[in-house]
Amino acid sequence: MNSTARPRTRPAVRTENVCRHYQMGGNIIRAVDGISLEIEPGEFVALLGQSGSGKSTLLNLLAGLDRPTSGSVLVHGRDLAKMSSEELARYRRNDVGMVFQSFHLIPSMKVTENVELPMRFAEVDRTERAERVRESLERVGLAKRMDHRPSELSGGEQQRVSMARALANRPSILLADEPTGNLDSRTGEDILNLIRDVSLSLGMTVVMVTHERALAERFAQRLIFLADGKLQSQEVRA
Amino acid sequence: MKSYDLLDLAVRNLRQSKLRNGLTTVGISVGVASLVAMLSLGVGLQQLATRRLAGSGMFDTVFVTSRQDFRGYDKDDDAKAPSPEKAPVVDEPARQNISKLANVTEVEPEMRVMGEIGYEGQMHFGFVTGLPLSARENEAFETLKGKFFSGNDADEVVILRDFAKELNEKDPNSLVGREVTLRYGERQALSADDSSRAGMAAQDTGNSGNSGDSYGFSVVRKTEQVKVVGIIDEEPYGGMRTVSRGRIFLPVGTMERLNMAQFTDMRSSLRGTDKNYMALMVRVKDPSKVQGVQNAIGKMGFRTFSMLDATKSLRRFFTVLDLFLGIFGSLALAVATLAIINTLVMAVLERRREIGVMKAIGASDGDVKKLFFTEAGAMGFFGGLLGVALGFAIGKAINIGTGFYLERHQLPAEPVWILPPWLIGAAIAFSIVVSLVAGLYPASRAAKLDPVQTLKYE
Repeated sequence: MNSTARPRTRPAVRTENVCRHYQMGGNIIRAVDGISLEIEPGEFVALLGQSGSGKSTLLNLLAGLDRPTSGSVLVHGRDLAKMSSEELARYRRNDVGMVFQSFHLIPSMKVTENVELPMRFAEVDRTERAERVRESLERVGLAKRMDHRPSELSGGEQQRVSMARALANRPSILLADEPTGNLDSRTGEDILNLIRDVSLSLGMTVVMVTHERALAERFAQRLIFLADGKLQSQEVRA
Repeated sequence: MKSYDLLDLAVRNLRQSKLRNGLTTVGISVGVASLVAMLSLGVGLQQLATRRLAGSGMFDTVFVTSRQDFRGYDKDDDAKAPSPEKAPVVDEPARQNISKLANVTEVEPEMRVMGEIGYEGQMHFGFVTGLPLSARENEAFETLKGKFFSGNDADEVVILRDFAKELNEKDPNSLVGREVTLRYGERQALSADDSSRAGMAAQDTGNSGNSGDSYGFSVVRKTEQVKVVGIIDEEPYGGMRTVSRGRIFLPVGTMERLNMAQFTDMRSSLRGTDKNYMALMVRVKDPSKVQGVQNAIGKMGFRTFSMLDATKSLRRFFTVLDLFLGIFGSLALAVATLAIINTLVMAVLERRREIGVMKAIGASDGDVKKLFFTEAGAMGFFGGLLGVALGFAIGKAINIGTGFYLERHQLPAEPVWILPPWLIGAAIAFSIVVSLVAGLYPASRAAKLDPVQTLKYE
């Protein structure tokens, strides 16, 4: 919490000795076990590791979907661990956008309605919503597929819709959980290109969980390796 | 989340599983319908009873009798009253005093004498009853054939259909407009030397009768030509009459003008009092004023009776009836409540992932709770609406059924089932409230779902 040690810009995300332990049967699972890291605004970071290394759990902690057992998660200086569930919901709604491996679109809703949904929770005016839906869909290159249902779209297109949804409330941080995991390599590359473009043009901070090291090396500015819930190493790219 | 969005999402979700939510909504509507049908039946029966009583002309009428008469019907009332000897009699001065009371529109004596009608050389016996002009409003005149009296001392007579048949078996209606002979007993003052004895009697008893005949009188047979103006099926004020059934009706004024000898004349003669009446029928301006008039007359020392007394217990009966009908009606709704809980719990299970996604993109626990709440409320609203319609249909069927039954028994069809507007509103509101209560558990279950768990598995 001592910010005097930071003379330069304040980090977008900072974790301090954050732990997330589960009780499973008689055992304690240390999914995240004392990770401290900092992510600068506008940085594109990839979290890498084997399955069970704790990368998804860490992402959920950053997303405010889960609470740490101990330690703190500071986003723009605010500690998520100390927020009420209402405040956390507001944080998820306004400050972060999420993209998932299996897209998690609502199948009964049209593309536009899926993109509109977070704005309903944010109580954005209806006229402004239509405007922003179009804007977001244009940004991901899906302006022509607005009235389709998710099941009528290809995997890549669905992930674009999910990107548009994540951008709808104009968050400063994008969290992506294996965004290319369900896509072929070509489409996966397209999606990562899109994520990088958006990050650059909007100045968004991106934290991406992946196990595809090659892709991460091509797109991320920094690679963070996790194992057994602990930070193992970091690798800064050009 | 704004209420518009809540409603929109809720209705959209309900339409996702049309069959299940539709069935649940129908379940609610059956519950509401049974409640509505039961309560409307209660309302209808109550109105039927009230209408019957109101039509009998009893709600604006106070019957006044002397505490000397009709003792023993109500022992408590007798005990409270002064001894019978001291109780005032219902006589002409009493009638004048009562007519001066506020809100009293008419005071007419209850008159009933024996008489005979001569028609085509035959005499026919029957009780002659006096009717005030206000009797025109009585339900008995709904079936009037011909006309009502043209005035309070017109030489006109209305007869009961049974009696008309006795006079003319084949075509009783032809009697309307015919002149008939009325034979009756006239009360005549005693001759001069009898009157002197009357003076002595006044000394004996201490009563100072101001009409000469308080000691005694003669009854002399008289005849009068009267015109039959109308025929009715039922005797007016049927239930309230004290002596046997009247078959011949004259205006009260005519009976008084002809000075017809009354039953009560004999009694007043024995007591040495002036001419008095068996009972007075006091007509009050407005049913709501009946209690006040009744109290005022009671203070004058008379016994009073009005329908208000009878309806007190009637109202209590209907309150209990409504309660029981309501309980039975609610049973079906209670079952429907379980259906709502079941449906929504299923929906929570089915939409686990969707709920997790919504939370991940910014829905608060409150938003999720409100969404399920709104879905429950919407099912309640539509169920309520459908239920009222269904209940209305059931009620109509009951009315048609009973109407058919009544007609087969030669009775006029009357609605026994009435749906008042307040019940429509109340039923829908109740349905929504019940549904919301049913939604409490599933909604809080949905709100408590952990998004990490729900999003973990494909």
